[in-house]
Amino acid sequence: MLEISDLSVHYDAVTVLDKLAFSLQPGTFTALVGPNGTGKSSLLKAIAGLVKATGNVRLNGSGSLVADDRLETIAYMPQDVGVSSSLTVLEVILLGRLRSLGMRIPDKMHDDAGKALARFSLEALQARTLAEISGGQRQMVYLAQSLFRDPSVLLLDEPTAALDIRHQLVVLDQVARHCKANSTIGFSAMHDLSLAARFSDRMIFLSEGEIVADGPPVDVLDSRLLRDTYGVEAEIVRSSNGTLHITPIKAIGPPRM
Amino acid sequence: MSMTQTATAYVRLVNRRIGWLMAMAGLLFIAIVADILVGPAFLNVLDVLVALFAPDLSTDPTTKVIVHSIRLPMTLMAIIVGASLGVAGVQMQTILGNPLASPYTLGFSAAAGFGAAVTILFGWQLPLVPQLTVPVAAFLAAAAACAIVYGVARLRGVTSEIMILAGIAALFLFQSLQSLVQYLAAPEVLQEIVFWLFGSMLKANWFTVWVSGSILIACVAFLVGDVWKLTALRLGDERAQSLGVDVRRLRKKTFIIVSLLTAGAVAFVGTIGFVGLVAPHVARMLVGEDQRILIPASGIMGAIIMVGASLASKLLSPGAVVPVGIVTALIGVPFLFALILGGKKRHW
Repeated sequence: MLEISDLSVHYDAVTVLDKLAFSLQPGTFTALVGPNGTGKSSLLKAIAGLVKATGNVRLNGSGSLVADDRLETIAYMPQDVGVSSSLTVLEVILLGRLRSLGMRIPDKMHDDAGKALARFSLEALQARTLAEISGGQRQMVYLAQSLFRDPSVLLLDEPTAALDIRHQLVVLDQVARHCKANSTIGFSAMHDLSLAARFSDRMIFLSEGEIVADGPPVDVLDSRLLRDTYGVEAEIVRSSNGTLHITPIKAIGPPRM
Repeated sequence: MSMTQTATAYVRLVNRRIGWLMAMAGLLFIAIVADILVGPAFLNVLDVLVALFAPDLSTDPTTKVIVHSIRLPMTLMAIIVGASLGVAGVQMQTILGNPLASPYTLGFSAAAGFGAAVTILFGWQLPLVPQLTVPVAAFLAAAAACAIVYGVARLRGVTSEIMILAGIAALFLFQSLQSLVQYLAAPEVLQEIVFWLFGSMLKANWFTVWVSGSILIACVAFLVGDVWKLTALRLGDERAQSLGVDVRRLRKKTFIIVSLLTAGAVAFVGTIGFVGLVAPHVARMLVGEDQRILIPASGIMGAIIMVGASLASKLLSPGAVVPVGIVTALIGVPFLFALILGGKKRHW
């Protein structure tokens, strides 16, 4: 279990996150949603130890994790699709296990890297360089890299932002499955509420640096929450197979929270 | 266990790159032998090879002396300087994330030139080892440039943008100071300064080989442990950091290594341009970004260009030996253009 307590982030005088506390269970995939600029990326980076933050992050009852422990156990995937470079796709995957790479790479690791690519049907791209593939393909390569790391905690920042509708489904399905199969704690910032509701076990709504709603999608999603946090009128429909469909209709003034 | 197709293909790719590395080493060997063969005194191939590899069997004492005391140190120095600048260049491009970066970019070479020029101008002499005055001054000035750039960068977070800006400012500063010294110098002193500024292997001897060679070996040894971290830096700072690289620390450490390599290369032989820019690009086109192979490839490529330039400088004007610093670009530019125009892939 990942326990977060008293977590605050300040950029100069601005408070971005204010004393957040929640915990995440192994084998679950949690969506972090909320309007632009409410601190979703800051929260993920603070957990990963990549920005200055106060408060505690504990894993499985450990003491508060120091930066070095976090790099070992937590994989954070940034939102941007990165700089263009002539690294090949397979090299990018291998770099996921940077800390165990030596002058010689064992065959087993080559093999695992190949399998990580296969999960997203990226085998054909393995010898291409990052400069030669599209932004969406790069995003999937980075995702394959994150899964190849096989971390205890997987933090994703908008993992489907650059993807077409088919690959959005493929990617989230793979991630949710990976978390269940490997008892990984999955936590992902997302903008698409329908996708979040469909693939996540739990949704955390962040607004102005505070948690305003938290629970299984069917329990927390209602039109009033969307009006208050996003300032939109939205229709929420439950389909015959139980999934929720959220259709934003129009913007109705500023959010109330 | 049978490997997946993907894994097999990757192993083949790595082997192909190692093949390129071998081919480059072979080319370097040929260039070395040619460089030792060519010079004011005519030597034949067989005598040179015997003098090089089996000196005890050598029958001709003149050949032995020319090879061992004159030509071998010059050729070895060309290899060391070329390799140092090649490795320094590739790491400069890596830590600054910029294809235009080279040991020149951050003003180290200009500072070394200034240190040498000001010493020659005032006729300063070190006690006990007066012949080391100019190299020591060049080395210290390059270290000062490094300290200035790093000091400024530290105040605003050690990012590549700030370092490039501070470095270009240092470059202009030391170039201006160098011009000022030249302006103030009397004609005969000016000539001596200008001769130093044109890099030349004529200043090489076994002592310079020993010092610069040790710096090169020590610096490469320090880089070996960071090969994968440096490779990861090519994914951008944020991604490298999320993979467990302490980006600031790595950038600082590598920056100091680059300044040492550059100072070690130029302090004895004078400023030599272009090798540090072009060798990494040629190497990257042939072997990719994997630093396990890119570091040796860039070093060997730098050595090939340097030894090739040394050879060309002797062929251009037999007997006179044009300073090698003048011909490095003449050798390097066609090489780079051929690769840019011949390749289909984007390399940066």
